[in-house]
Amino acid sequence: MTAARMGVSLAGIELRNPVMTASGTFGYGEEFSACVDLERLGAFVTKGLSMRPRAGNPTPRIVETPAGMLNAIGLQNIGIDAFIEKKLPFIRSVNTPCIVNFFGDTVEEYAEMARRLGEIPEIAALEMNISCPNVKHGGIVFGSDPASAAEVVAACREATGKPLIVKLSPNVTDIVSMAGACADAGADALSMINTLIGMAIDLDNRRPALANVTGGLSGPAIKPVALRMVWAVARAVKLPVIGIGGIASATDAIEFILAGATAVQVGTASFITPDAAQRISEDMESWMRRQGESDIRNLIGALRV
Amino acid sequence: MQFASEILSNAEISPAYWRVRLTAPREFIGARPGQFVMVRVAPGIDPLLRRPLAIFDVGPAAGDAPAWFEMLYKVVGKGTAMLSALRESDGVDILGPLGTGFDLGDDDREKLLVGGGVGLAPLHLLATALARRKSPVRLFAGGRTRGDLLCIDEFEALGVECHCATEDGSFGARGLVTTALVRHLDAFDGKAALYACGPDGMLRALARIAAGRALPCQVSLEGRMACGVGACLGCVTAGREHSAQTPDYRRLCVEGPVFESSELKWGD
Repeated sequence: MTAARMGVSLAGIELRNPVMTASGTFGYGEEFSACVDLERLGAFVTKGLSMRPRAGNPTPRIVETPAGMLNAIGLQNIGIDAFIEKKLPFIRSVNTPCIVNFFGDTVEEYAEMARRLGEIPEIAALEMNISCPNVKHGGIVFGSDPASAAEVVAACREATGKPLIVKLSPNVTDIVSMAGACADAGADALSMINTLIGMAIDLDNRRPALANVTGGLSGPAIKPVALRMVWAVARAVKLPVIGIGGIASATDAIEFILAGATAVQVGTASFITPDAAQRISEDMESWMRRQGESDIRNLIGALRV
Repeated sequence: MQFASEILSNAEISPAYWRVRLTAPREFIGARPGQFVMVRVAPGIDPLLRRPLAIFDVGPAAGDAPAWFEMLYKVVGKGTAMLSALRESDGVDILGPLGTGFDLGDDDREKLLVGGGVGLAPLHLLATALARRKSPVRLFAGGRTRGDLLCIDEFEALGVECHCATEDGSFGARGLVTTALVRHLDAFDGKAALYACGPDGMLRALARIAAGRALPCQVSLEGRMACGVGACLGCVTAGREHSAQTPDYRRLCVEGPVFESSELKWGD
């Protein structure tokens, strides 16, 4: 049987398959280059970047929970200058679209980041993080109020012609209105969901398990929540959606595509199996052939409700 | 490398402490002392993450028998409890060897290994490597009680002189292992280098002892870890000059788990 067509286009970028790695779970790509063939991925998304280097939160920063984990890394990153100097050469060497995740403290800083990153030809698209739950200025201010979200997205839209993906927080009352505000402000795509705020307690010493007290929940535990949100947004907003949340297998990924996602990101699963994203994309193709499906695009939003 | 491994043996060697031997690819024999592996104890999603465990020993393939490695672990939670329930021929998925190892140092220094409880685990492979070299090797092993002192006879079989200490006095000297070490250092006028793994308090005390006597001191740290390959930034520890303004977090899994104690920031 002939291979199924796995390519999709998203916000003007052609992806060889719909599987990307999620920001914060794949470093800057090179950390995984020994165990993953990056050129088998649809795209890879780098760790959230800010204007200046950030120390991140004190430890403990992670704790395992049933079928998931909480993290409060606090957006530790090397800053845009070191990124350009030290990480771009590797990114340039990989024949796979690189999407750079970024954030700022203010609207002006977001726009300046978008402008600077937008000038770098090796970067295929920008992913705006307006949803980190672990720092005061990680964008959550912008990610939880539709008017603020619209303002910061519009400022970045003004600053760059690069495809602009907005990563949405699930920690909101109405994710559809957040998505609509970002769409109206000029976003090209939405990635969702970021982590759900949660907490864990170490009973032996009656303290929070994380130094930050709360953290972001990821992993298979959040998949049903993510699927619901992707489905609700995809049918209400005319922008491509990148589904994220607990994807650990090809069938998980295909569920997101049926719910309306054009592509998916694999996050926490890469921590357990470094080549998870590559395996998932390969297994999706096998699944398609077994199902007699010839083109992944036919499955996008094909949920029978 | 990631590989499917089969358990060759898995036994409780002291209350709550287990020793497991697993098959490994031929290349695994190149694991350096101080490196670790990430163990996936079950294929499902609970527990979700791998467990970081030190490599205690390695052995080559012989005839039809595959290469192997051993780990010494303490049952402290769900993951290690599940590992202890596995039996011969059960499978586990392994990622490793990972991290930097110990630097074997100069031959003109006496090597003083200091281990607390299950912290002895990475020191055995180190002792094996050091025993092949010229300088004398001593082990200072400490624990609350005699059951915390593991595999001492195997260190002795390597030609390592062992000094044991227990807090309850049930084996060796009564008191802390660092007290036994200081006693030795006070009586010794040659050059020495420290290598340590154990509880935070012990390592902090050693860092102070090493700084006070200008001794090189390599410590192997433990920490919560999700990926083991440098991506999650969950396992960081602060470097000596770290501050919020000048961040210097080191990843245990990539820059460590072994660090020169003088390069780290130690709390009070």
